[in-house]
Amino acid sequence: MKYQCMLRIGPAAFRIGSAWAEPIEALRRLYALYPQPQDAIADYTVRLEPAGVGRRCWRPSVRIAGDHMLPDAAPMALRHGLLAVEMGMNLQMALGWRRHLLIHASSVEKNGRALVMTGESGSGKSTLAAMLGERGWRFMGDEFALIDCATGMVHPFPRLVSLKNRAIEAMRDEVANADRFGPLMEATPKGDIVHLVPPESAIARMVEPAKPVMLLFPRYGFPLDQRPVGQGEAFMRLTQASTNYVALGEQGFQALHRFVSGVPALAVDYEDGEQAISAIDALWEALP
Amino acid sequence: MQQGEADSSGSARHYYRDAPETLIEHDLDGLTLLFHRPSGQTHIIDSPMPEILAALSCEPQELRALLGVLADRYDLAVDGDAMQELKAHLDALVSLGLARTAP
Repeated sequence: MKYQCMLRIGPAAFRIGSAWAEPIEALRRLYALYPQPQDAIADYTVRLEPAGVGRRCWRPSVRIAGDHMLPDAAPMALRHGLLAVEMGMNLQMALGWRRHLLIHASSVEKNGRALVMTGESGSGKSTLAAMLGERGWRFMGDEFALIDCATGMVHPFPRLVSLKNRAIEAMRDEVANADRFGPLMEATPKGDIVHLVPPESAIARMVEPAKPVMLLFPRYGFPLDQRPVGQGEAFMRLTQASTNYVALGEQGFQALHRFVSGVPALAVDYEDGEQAISAIDALWEALP
Repeated sequence: MQQGEADSSGSARHYYRDAPETLIEHDLDGLTLLFHRPSGQTHIIDSPMPEILAALSCEPQELRALLGVLADRYDLAVDGDAMQELKAHLDALVSLGLARTAP
């Protein structure tokens, strides 16, 4: 590709190529604190290609390509190039990663112990992890929690936080340094999006795993409530939240059983971030 | 009635299971979590399915004999609809690939 860069997030190394300079320049700025892959070897390649003949210049339109691709994915506008890169990297992890059990979840850490939060899009797991990351917790990731099948530890994947819609203003109130925010991408297929660079210490500790001690299923937009989630329900919901559970076979089964039988799980409904954080702090304090 | 043909209660049908080492079994809050190695499939089953699965032999067994085994283990009444209910549970296990019927 004409423009390219490399970066490492947690244990995964990416080569990003683009037919346009703008997405790569934005990536270089936002991922400036991230390390380069060892020996310049990438696990995955993501390419932003023109969606058709002439579409590099005329109404530039991006097709996401790479080692793993969705053939029917709709092209995206070049002004949403950063989102295209994010989607491309997520796709490589979701379809290709086999070194850990991959759960679609956010995670934060305190004193070597990890809180894992999973839920459907809009549940607030990403925003809550980002907020906690500014309030004394180590941000480990807003998209994927990587479970080590041998040890049960959670490994970080602290990519840029993808803030959507109302979460953008919530995090602008939380983070004073404007340089940590990417450009506002309006009216993307996922709504308005701004990327946020995680705290520097979270990036510096991106290869440091933590022991999972609590699993939450947050749900935004409901009156404050919480209930314990049984191991059977947690197991079933986590198989649905994992993109590689089936591919890992027996190894994934044993890892997930170990996780749900050792980590207490709760469903937490909440109406705003402050309410959720108070509830999380109380639950955390009550842990043995 | 020919050998192997089911009567109205299906009691002549023979059922069996794969060798125990083909299944990994864990308890999950009273539910039973299974990983079936030959298929790579995960199942979560509830009582009485785990008990029926445990009573199944690797050799084909008649329904009536299996009901006898369960009656001994769990103090079951073998009258009424017991045979039909057991057959329904066994057929569910067969559909999951956890039990088999003899040819």
